[in-house]
Amino acid sequence: MIELLSEMFSYTFLVRAVIVGFLVSICASLLGVSLVLKRYSMIGDGLSHVGFGSLAIASALNLAPLAVSIPVVVAAAFILLRISENSKIKGDASIALMSTSAMAIGVIVISMTTGLTTDVCNYMFGSILAMSENDVYLSVVLSIIVLILFIVFYNKIFAVTFDENFSRATGVQAGIYNMLIALLTAITIVLGMRMMGALLISSLIIFPSLTSMRLCKTFKSVIICSVFVSVLCFFIGVIISYLYAAPTGASIVGINIIAFCAFSLASMIKNKKGGVL
Amino acid sequence: MAMISCQDISFAYESNIVLSAVNFDIEEGSYISILGENGSGKSTLIKGLLGLQKPIKGKINISETLKNSDIGYMPQTNAVQKDFPASVYEVVLSGRLNNLGIRPFYRKQDRENALSNMEFLNIIDIKDCCFRELSGGQQQRALLARALCAAHKLLILDEPSSGLDPLVSDDLYQLIKNINLKQKIAIVMVSHDIDRAVEYSDYILHLQNKQLFFGTAADYLKSDIGKIFMGGRK
Ligand SMILES: Nc1ncnc2c1ncn2[C@@H]1O[C@H](COP(=O)(O)OP(=O)(O)O)[C@@H](O)[C@H]1O
Ligand SMILES: [Mg+2]
Repeated sequence: MIELLSEMFSYTFLVRAVIVGFLVSICASLLGVSLVLKRYSMIGDGLSHVGFGSLAIASALNLAPLAVSIPVVVAAAFILLRISENSKIKGDASIALMSTSAMAIGVIVISMTTGLTTDVCNYMFGSILAMSENDVYLSVVLSIIVLILFIVFYNKIFAVTFDENFSRATGVQAGIYNMLIALLTAITIVLGMRMMGALLISSLIIFPSLTSMRLCKTFKSVIICSVFVSVLCFFIGVIISYLYAAPTGASIVGINIIAFCAFSLASMIKNKKGGVL
Repeated sequence: MAMISCQDISFAYESNIVLSAVNFDIEEGSYISILGENGSGKSTLIKGLLGLQKPIKGKINISETLKNSDIGYMPQTNAVQKDFPASVYEVVLSGRLNNLGIRPFYRKQDRENALSNMEFLNIIDIKDCCFRELSGGQQQRALLARALCAAHKLLILDEPSSGLDPLVSDDLYQLIKNINLKQKIAIVMVSHDIDRAVEYSDYILHLQNKQLFFGTAADYLKSDIGKIFMGGRK
């Protein structure tokens, strides 16, 4: 095991990927709890598609991928938040519309310019090799900012997630904190997308929180448990992907599925009467 | 001057008017009970007072001395999702959030206040229990404790006793009256219990998609509406 790890970490690209992946896994699992509970999981999925479109355009124009995607996805996050807050428009349908449109535009741009290169495949399915040194620095800085903001606003995020009306009524600026959640999610998705792939990044957000909600009963314990689940699944996934040359994103999701099943089983055993999943 | 003054306000859902022409004031430290049948617009009015819903007509004047962060609120239906993971303590403590301002974390006094309100409402034993696994009455008390944590000048309660058994409900009315008298916190409470409303509150607001009555409890007893609704019981 130790030999394997030291062998893995002798590759700088792997070290970079593991550092970024580790931080992004933490961010994703923290935000995931709030997104799942607010019924905003679709936003995460929609954003990853928008992210794919913007990465495709950036690569067609030879621009820095992160520098283009982050503002585009952040803007999309605010729009999606608006849509899902405004119940008059059919929220989920509009999100689906927007995300598939972004995906389609991305595919068109790609087929007209570079064609289906490995780069493009990597955006779809993720690759651990995708990150340049500059990307790594930016990713580390941004994910640390996301972490700090989450911790600083933890109590407020809990309150607007638990009962938005009460928060508004008692003078908490719920709208601002919703936007903060959307902003942090957008950044996390763009950062994680290179490794996980546009198709799989939202699972990094959703799985750990759903998994820990099987067993944990308080908000804080769910948050802490998700972080551990997320980080553990990430490391196991990376190792498996290295050993069997499997795609990183898919391996991580695979481990997450196993963790989810294990937690579900444990919760079923714990309260034997209810076999409800 | 009144803390909140409602001038001829009306509310509608998608151009469906559910409440019209409401005129009343909430004075500092006063106790107002809102009566009316189901669907008469009580909860809608409460949401209007809290700024959660805009009136389609009229004006709600809020005095400069009353900030949203002075208001405690207990919603009628607990809109909290069935599967939300949160402990009772986490829920109650979140009522102190409006005290924090820009400070990110709770202080010792916030925690103490939350604990004392939980003690007050007899839910201190279940403070680490999962909110969603409590009985209706226990959830109700947790939400009331949260409202108490948030209330500094005004406490707005939408049918707080609906999930409670009669004995607990007696305690609740007593407790709310105490808060009103001792802490000088104004109370606006939606209630179905006309007898208790008349007994405990200063003013009665009776709604039926419009304002049927607003005035002191004593005047309500003498009024025609009051007589009809009290059913000659007193
Ligand atoms: N969100 C809503 N959308 C549409 N109609 C509503 C909504 N909430 C309440 N109503 C309607 O408004 C009327 C008043 O409701 P409400 O204020 O909840 O009454 P009460 O609290 O007195 O029982 C009812 O007819 C109800 O059907
Ligand atoms: Mg009501």
